[in-house]
Amino acid sequence: MGFFTDTSVCIGCKACEVACKEWNGVPSDGLDFLGSSYDNTGALGASTWRHVAFVEQQVDTGVRWLMSSDVCKHCTHAACLDVCPTGALFRTEFETVVVQSDVCNGCGYCVPACPFGVIDRREDDGRVWKCTLCYDRLKSDLTPACAKACPTESIQFGPVDELGERAARRLGTLASAGVPGARLYGADEGDGVGGTGAFFLLLDQPEVYGLPPDPVVTTRDLPAMWRTAAAAAVTLAGVVVAAVFGGRRR
Amino acid sequence: MGSNMAECHPVGFQWVMEAKAKGARVIHVDPRFTRTSALADTFVPIRAGSDIAFLGAVVNHILSTGREFREYVAAYTNAATIVDEGFRDTEDLDGLFSGWDPEKHAYDPASWQYEGMPAAPSAGHRETTPKGEAHGYGARLRSGDPPATDPALEHPRCVFQILKRHFARYTPEVVEQVCGVPAERFLEVAEALCDNSGRARTTAICYAVGWTQHSVGVQYIRTAAIIQLLLGNIGRPGGGIMALRGHASIQGSTDIPTLYNILPGYLPMPHAERHPTLAAYIDTNTAPAGFWGHAGAYTVSLLKAFFGENAQPDNDFCYDHLPFITGDHSTYRTILDMADGKVQGFFVVGENPAVGSANGRLHRLAMAKLDWLVVRDLVEVETATFWKDGPEVASGELRTEDVGTEVFFLPAAAHTEKDGTFTNTQRMLQWHHKAVEPQGDCRSELSFYWHLGRIIREKLAASTEARDRPVLDLAWDYPVSGPQAEPSAEHVLREINGLDAEGRTVSGYTELRDDGTTACGCWIYSGCYAGEVNQAARRRPGWEQSWVAPEWGWAWPANRRILYNRASADPEGRPWSERKAYVWWDGERWTGHDVPDFVVDKAPGYVPAEGAAAEAAHRGDEPFVMQTDGRGWLYAPTGLLDGPLPAHYEPDESPFDNPLYGQESNPARQYHRHRLNPRNRKGAEFPYVMTTYRLTEQHTAGGMSRFLPHLAELQPAMFCEVSPALAAERGLENGGWATIRTTRATIEARVLVTDRVPPVVVQGRTLHQVGLPWHWGWKGLSTGDAANDLFGLALDPNVHIQEVKAATCDIRPGRRIR
Repeated sequence: MGFFTDTSVCIGCKACEVACKEWNGVPSDGLDFLGSSYDNTGALGASTWRHVAFVEQQVDTGVRWLMSSDVCKHCTHAACLDVCPTGALFRTEFETVVVQSDVCNGCGYCVPACPFGVIDRREDDGRVWKCTLCYDRLKSDLTPACAKACPTESIQFGPVDELGERAARRLGTLASAGVPGARLYGADEGDGVGGTGAFFLLLDQPEVYGLPPDPVVTTRDLPAMWRTAAAAAVTLAGVVVAAVFGGRRR
Repeated sequence: MGSNMAECHPVGFQWVMEAKAKGARVIHVDPRFTRTSALADTFVPIRAGSDIAFLGAVVNHILSTGREFREYVAAYTNAATIVDEGFRDTEDLDGLFSGWDPEKHAYDPASWQYEGMPAAPSAGHRETTPKGEAHGYGARLRSGDPPATDPALEHPRCVFQILKRHFARYTPEVVEQVCGVPAERFLEVAEALCDNSGRARTTAICYAVGWTQHSVGVQYIRTAAIIQLLLGNIGRPGGGIMALRGHASIQGSTDIPTLYNILPGYLPMPHAERHPTLAAYIDTNTAPAGFWGHAGAYTVSLLKAFFGENAQPDNDFCYDHLPFITGDHSTYRTILDMADGKVQGFFVVGENPAVGSANGRLHRLAMAKLDWLVVRDLVEVETATFWKDGPEVASGELRTEDVGTEVFFLPAAAHTEKDGTFTNTQRMLQWHHKAVEPQGDCRSELSFYWHLGRIIREKLAASTEARDRPVLDLAWDYPVSGPQAEPSAEHVLREINGLDAEGRTVSGYTELRDDGTTACGCWIYSGCYAGEVNQAARRRPGWEQSWVAPEWGWAWPANRRILYNRASADPEGRPWSERKAYVWWDGERWTGHDVPDFVVDKAPGYVPAEGAAAEAAHRGDEPFVMQTDGRGWLYAPTGLLDGPLPAHYEPDESPFDNPLYGQESNPARQYHRHRLNPRNRKGAEFPYVMTTYRLTEQHTAGGMSRFLPHLAELQPAMFCEVSPALAAERGLENGGWATIRTTRATIEARVLVTDRVPPVVVQGRTLHQVGLPWHWGWKGLSTGDAANDLFGLALDPNVHIQEVKAATCDIRPGRRIR
């Protein structure tokens, strides 16, 4: 299961941010006026599991104001899960990626592993937190809080393949309506994270919304790196052996 | 226009998005590029306070290009009606209508009337209607027809021709001059409205307080009504004018009012001079034609609901127990009297006037003069604590030990803690069920007022004083239940619905009688509990019923979803088009998708007999059943205090002269002269225009949002929005501080520099506008100065609403001096 966030109908109401915090008991992130359009949240973090970006642009027709609700991508190849030494991060029966807060030991390996900068440690308790795709609600056959609260169906929840078809149709509609710059983000299984469980329809380059243009699972090269390291170790061992035994021969 | 629907009504805006997905074109005209503009197909920036010039030009565009829906206009509006020869227009009097009395500072509307026949308004100021010769104003009206019409619409004094002359000067060039909107942008909008109206298409207009909060606000909406009538967009699906209300049940609080001048169901509050007796009251308020012809039944049934068995024919059904008004007792008038020490006690319920009303300082100083103050709210809002921590205490102007006001703060229950209804903008009642018991001392309003009444009645039980009779004679018999003795909200709704002599629910207001055999708490709500069923609690999903969804909640009147829907069919009763078929005549009765807003078996060809009254006095092709003439009013011969037609007037405070007329501002506007209500002079001292608004993240005066961490953090500080050009002109830095000043107050705010508040070019000058969200005060998690402190009390004369959408100010960098 996953999310399709259609930013072309997002009205920036932040109901998703509020519903997420209410349902999941996520604490306040602080009362900071950022002077960054209507975004006073800044970025996803340990206490922000949904974040609505506001991008003001000058275009030919005047002003354009892009709004987009960001969330954990629930990657097909999830680096956070790969590096977690305790098994606190796991893939659920819904194909989502969830941290078990009672297992997490706060090592923080997952934080730099995430190619999107989503997962984050909370200062006061040291553990990591992120979107669970409302694992508890899913278990009770309920829609995640953010999707439920979204008034314009910008956030849609459902089986990922079905959402993918919907997204493709929507993209087609926008293309035929002549909306410039519309594109899907995260819907491609061939991308660096094997596609994401939460993907987006954007109206501009991903960087404009603060998203990495070409995310790659940070553990992608680990097997190759291990193979290289093993080969290097074997070579090194050979050199040592050769040096020692070779010396004795003399 | 006048609405930021996506931000202020995000849940309702989902239907705009759905319409857009089906091909609707969304146009947004606003001083700021808001979240609504971001989702609109077209955005047109406009100078705050200039909308009548824009809308008037739309009227002129329709008329001068012949784009009106001619058959609709001729048959269903008062376009053909001939106006009294004494009428003089703003064209003749340089911005004034005939009847202006400079001494009284008011109009005498006698010359605005139809020729030979005074008509009564369905709402508004009915006292402006002159009386007829025999009795009431309908003495000379027979068969519902206006006495003189010209169906060809060519008589020089017919409404259509008056309209043409009146709006002729509202040209695209005037729009450029007054609104700062380029002519081609204006024409794009005007053409879009015309193209999307007619037999097969309809256009809806949405507005909110961006239109009402002006010294000429009612006339903004009148202009929109003229456009919609000319284009045939009233009473038809997809048409109409949507008044987006500010709170969940603001509509409900006008239907069953918290206003001083009306009783439930828009019955006027009795006036001491005009309505000394019940007979006089009923006589004045009974219209000769249309459903106001039964005002007696509505009034007597209301008195029966109020006073029960004590209301009898021989005591005028306790009519004398009602409060009688003698003049303007509106909120701001009362506050000014309070400031002068003339008001002793004050109830503030679900409001926060210390920061939420215009001229906050006036309110705070006025409340410091009270003997006692009761504040009921969810949290301890500024209004409850101004006497110990308000700005005047900080400045030393007010010393806590000198404030004699005894303040009672009473915690209120939230909507989740009580049963009841919300009435939304579509007049739809939706029942909400109590989810949890209120905690501690928190109580519902229903509980508070019922128990307050109960206790007062117990204390007065032995009284023989006449003045105590109104309270002692009340029918105060609501059943209570639960640990907190909560009165039954369903019982109240049932009483509002109305009961017959046997105590059974009536099915609708047509069953109400004026002989005391029926009781009804609000005639327009009659039917909401029909058949002993709480109709407002119905929740049948949309996919299980027709697209009109009549079984979701209940809409007044009579569960009708579109008012005046007889107009969705042509005069012969056939739908104007297949695409827009809604209600039609099937040969025997009116039928269709909605409840017909017409006598169901009145044939299209019906002509009233001599002496017919009430709805029987309307012909079968007159859809506007609440009007005496059955017509939609392009021209309002009565009911308004500031003219029968809208005219562009500058806001009370404006950097510009009125280029259209010598008359600068609305002559009838109220400006209360008072030492605490000074006015900005025109000139260089206050070169900018400021406008207030709300944000999605905060709620009105903040009581429900600034105190909650999840909401407070989303908009954590009071800020102002300025353009890069204004920032450069005044040295304002994004993220820094600014001080905004008027003669009333000086406040500070964080600065948000944005291209979304563009300067406009008006009369050849560049005008900068300052955007001010008004949610803040000094309490809660997210604090800041109150934007409302900056504004004075310049009011619309019809409804006494404050002009906070356009006034002048200055802005400078840095924080205010403490």
